[in-house]
Amino acid sequence: MTNLRVFFVGGYLSYRALFNWMQPTMYIPTMLGAPVFQILFFAYIGRFAEVENDEFFVVGNAVQLSAMAGIYGMAMTIGGERWTQTLSQLMATPANRLPLFLGRALPLIANGIITSAFAFAVGWLLLDVHIDADQLPALAAVVAISAFSCTSLGLVIGALGLRARDVFFLANLVVFSLLLFCGVNVPFDSMPGWVQAVGRCLPLTHGIMAAREIADGASLSDVSNLVWTELGIGAVYAAGAFALFKVFELEGRRRASFESI
Amino acid sequence: MRTARLIWAGWKFHVKSLTLSGFFILTSVIQPIIFASVAYFMFKAGARPGTLLYVALGAGMMGIWSSTLFGSGGAIQWQRWQGTLEYCIAAPPPFLLVIVPLTLATATIGLYSLSATLLWGWLFFDVPLNVAHPVAFVVALPATVIGLGLLGLVLASSFILYRNANALSNLLEYPVWLATGLLVSLSLLPVWVGPISWVLAPTWGVNALRESAIAGNAWPEIGMCLLLGAVYLVIGYFLLEHFERLARERATLSLT
Repeated sequence: MTNLRVFFVGGYLSYRALFNWMQPTMYIPTMLGAPVFQILFFAYIGRFAEVENDEFFVVGNAVQLSAMAGIYGMAMTIGGERWTQTLSQLMATPANRLPLFLGRALPLIANGIITSAFAFAVGWLLLDVHIDADQLPALAAVVAISAFSCTSLGLVIGALGLRARDVFFLANLVVFSLLLFCGVNVPFDSMPGWVQAVGRCLPLTHGIMAAREIADGASLSDVSNLVWTELGIGAVYAAGAFALFKVFELEGRRRASFESI
Repeated sequence: MRTARLIWAGWKFHVKSLTLSGFFILTSVIQPIIFASVAYFMFKAGARPGTLLYVALGAGMMGIWSSTLFGSGGAIQWQRWQGTLEYCIAAPPPFLLVIVPLTLATATIGLYSLSATLLWGWLFFDVPLNVAHPVAFVVALPATVIGLGLLGLVLASSFILYRNANALSNLLEYPVWLATGLLVSLSLLPVWVGPISWVLAPTWGVNALRESAIAGNAWPEIGMCLLLGAVYLVIGYFLLEHFERLARERATLSLT
């Protein structure tokens, strides 16, 4: 019961406290405004470079945008605790670490799904990209799984925040790297082998591939391999993050480094 | 002479301090390289013939805009957080001369972007680095930095009136990349975007660099950069006066 309370109430409070995103003046430009222009920017480059169609860019970017909340959010969750000098108190609590940190991830996954849904709506309204209504449930499932796997990667960054002082730099770097390696705006097969190799180890890559096939009419079972791979990658990152949390918590206690800024 | 010395000293100080900032290294070197790589891959996969130098210059200019936007947009707010805003305003020189070196420095840091994308493109994507008109190119670089730096002054003095200036910076990065034709020909965009692009220095800056590098007459674009810079300076002056008056009246200089 205590774990459930830590998971749900703690996660909710953390989301409210750490983000400033509850203010519309912060949330709307960052989480909804910027994605609109990101989609338009890449769709127009695609038109200019004569590579792929608008649907390719809307699907790729809409799924990628589900990563933003998870990665930045988890980085800010730990980085923010350090910045506000509350990390020591958090680490001193007897609360189980699994619900403590996974609870913080749950609102971010929901946030990622909302951003992604908004991006698809923008693609439909501004670029006339139609996706059959029958395909939407499968697409929603893929977006949710991609948001989960990206939030798992965010958990890893958050865990590194127990050790590193400037975790925001890393979060930015990871978000930009996903744009490069995951085939968000470039046909995956056209990229060099080593870029594809890195991309296959990252969240998003298989989710985007699955989403594109679903948008073209495939069913969820047709892309089950891709979906399971995406889910598996997310699970591996989540497990890795939890191990890192354990290691860095012990390390932080030993070195008394939770309050370093 | 004293004004020139003040601007020079301030510019030098801010360029050094921004160079040590991890955030600015990310914005001005790593981010442009990643975006340039994405653009190179897109143009290589696409059917449009043309030189990748066009892409390299555009991607470099994206970095100049990003560092100006985030650096200048939050310039006054940073001074406020650091508790130095009162000193900057109380110092004998006009506040304008204290802020201009900072906004020019943020645009100058963007030159790292241009160097990085050109070098990256040359090393890994066979981008040719032959500049057709070297003299015009060398003049176009500082003209572009001055144009963007003074646009930064307008950003610095207007964003301060908005409580979440960083949210506004997040919002304005992509639209200006798009509307100023850094990687997309303006002819592809809706007609109403044209007049917006004309009043933005990056449009003329990237055209000046491209005309001088790829072939053409860059001097009209260089002239437009400097002319727009003068207009931004006047607008920035009045906005700063307005901000300073409001802050003194409401005693909000140290409000964080």
